[in-house]
Amino acid sequence: MSRVIVTLVGKDHVGIIATVCNYFADNGINILDIKQTTVQEFINMIMIVDVTGFKGDFKALSDGLAQVGEKVGCIIKAQNEEIFEMMYRI
Amino acid sequence: MVELKEVFETYDMVSHENLDVRTITMGISLLDCIDPDLDALCEKVYRKITESAKDLVKVGDDIGLEFGVPVINKRISITPAALIGGAACKSPEDFVRIAETLDRAAKEVGVNFIGGYSALVQKGMTPADRNLILSIPQAMKRTERVCSSISLGSTKIGINMDAVRLMGDIIVETAEITKEDDSIGCAKLVVFCNPPDDNPFMAGAFHGVTEADRIINVGVSGPGVMRNALSKVRGEDFEVLCETIKKTSFKITRVGQLFAKEATRRLGVPFGIVDLSLAPTPAVGDSIADIIQEMGMERAGAPGTTAALAILNDQVKKGGVMASSYVGGLSGAFIPVTEDSSMAEAAAMGALTLEKLEAMTCVCSVGLDMIAIPGSTPATTISGIIADEMAIGMVNQKTTAVRLIPVIGKGVGDFAEFGGLLGEAKIMPVNTYGCADFVNRTGRIPAPIHSFKN
Repeated sequence: MSRVIVTLVGKDHVGIIATVCNYFADNGINILDIKQTTVQEFINMIMIVDVTGFKGDFKALSDGLAQVGEKVGCIIKAQNEEIFEMMYRI
Repeated sequence: MVELKEVFETYDMVSHENLDVRTITMGISLLDCIDPDLDALCEKVYRKITESAKDLVKVGDDIGLEFGVPVINKRISITPAALIGGAACKSPEDFVRIAETLDRAAKEVGVNFIGGYSALVQKGMTPADRNLILSIPQAMKRTERVCSSISLGSTKIGINMDAVRLMGDIIVETAEITKEDDSIGCAKLVVFCNPPDDNPFMAGAFHGVTEADRIINVGVSGPGVMRNALSKVRGEDFEVLCETIKKTSFKITRVGQLFAKEATRRLGVPFGIVDLSLAPTPAVGDSIADIIQEMGMERAGAPGTTAALAILNDQVKKGGVMASSYVGGLSGAFIPVTEDSSMAEAAAMGALTLEKLEAMTCVCSVGLDMIAIPGSTPATTISGIIADEMAIGMVNQKTTAVRLIPVIGKGVGDFAEFGGLLGEAKIMPVNTYGCADFVNRTGRIPAPIHSFKN
């Protein structure tokens, strides 16, 4: 299993999570966990996903998410989970 | 499980505080390229570098993309060129051929700098060392990406004052020959006392003779992240200040360690070290001076600055050492002037002087770095400044360096502009009293008494 952290930042509105989840479903990506906070009208969300079933390379995933981000008016980035394990766990 | 807070702290570090991995540097030994025929030597050097580093840039970019932290520079360091060129090069012009070969190889693989156009002459100069040093002005003019470094002293050996004097002349000549571009040739030329064999940072990177055939060294960065962390503990006591620096340094260094391991795995090249340096850039907020000011100085250079830098340097190491399995290189805070916009600003307003910078080099990881001085500064004065800095390194058993840029045709207060990461600054005044009679003495300064530890 290959775990990726997807970060979403932007102005909250109806359908953001639905659009992102549809992208995941269409591309064989399984959502393991979602955490989010909203401050006033802004949304900060992370999704922990399993990309084992994703057919492309990391750049394809990153570009695909950037396109979805454009569609919903948010910034969406993907990072390999290991960087957080390294920075925040001894 | 990863927490929301951690993810967004990292997000802010990259998006707003300029967190990056400053460099992945591949060290390549060229000892097996030595050949008495110059053409054959250049061919072997070109082939070894381009084959060894063919995937370096791509791998660096891929890792940056996958972990979400950019790798700013991908670079190469080589065995000091004076060692590999000795058999083939009979004149300075022969050495320039090697420099041009290195430049071509750097361009072919896409790295922005290649370091190791170097000679280690802390005790004496071979004919090859001398020819390489004499070739530096032409080499810096005729190449774009080649960096040169000369070791002039060490704690164990002392200081080679003949080489110090010669380097004063060479720096002036390099400035003169590149005066059309604000003497930029000198920005690619540095002299050292106690240089490390595994430094990934330019202009002083070279691949020491004690190193393996190839190695990956990583230099981290993060002044903006450090400054932001310290802004949250304003007014707290020194314990809190130091703990904050250590914890922040740990996180930054872990990124470097991860990237070093990944680069090592993907390139099939052994891991060397992570260099724990806080390296600034001219970008707003990516500044060591800003950290010093956040610690409580009105401006970098104010009384207290040396103490603040000593704290920063020491705590960065304490936090970073536990985050990496192998630490090396320069490791500490860099204090360049032109490459750090707030440092340049402090210098321009007179808060930061050359003498204060010299004091700061006693407690930081490098030395007088990227300082634009008047083009009329005599070579003997430059040699005097170098001798002072070498003495600080020799006596304190630390690395010190000098990278001065005498900007030909410009004087104090004029603006020197080097572009990109090299930055810009007003030209700083230099003490105008002479030291020629001291510098012109020949020979060596003996090693200090505390170097005799056997």
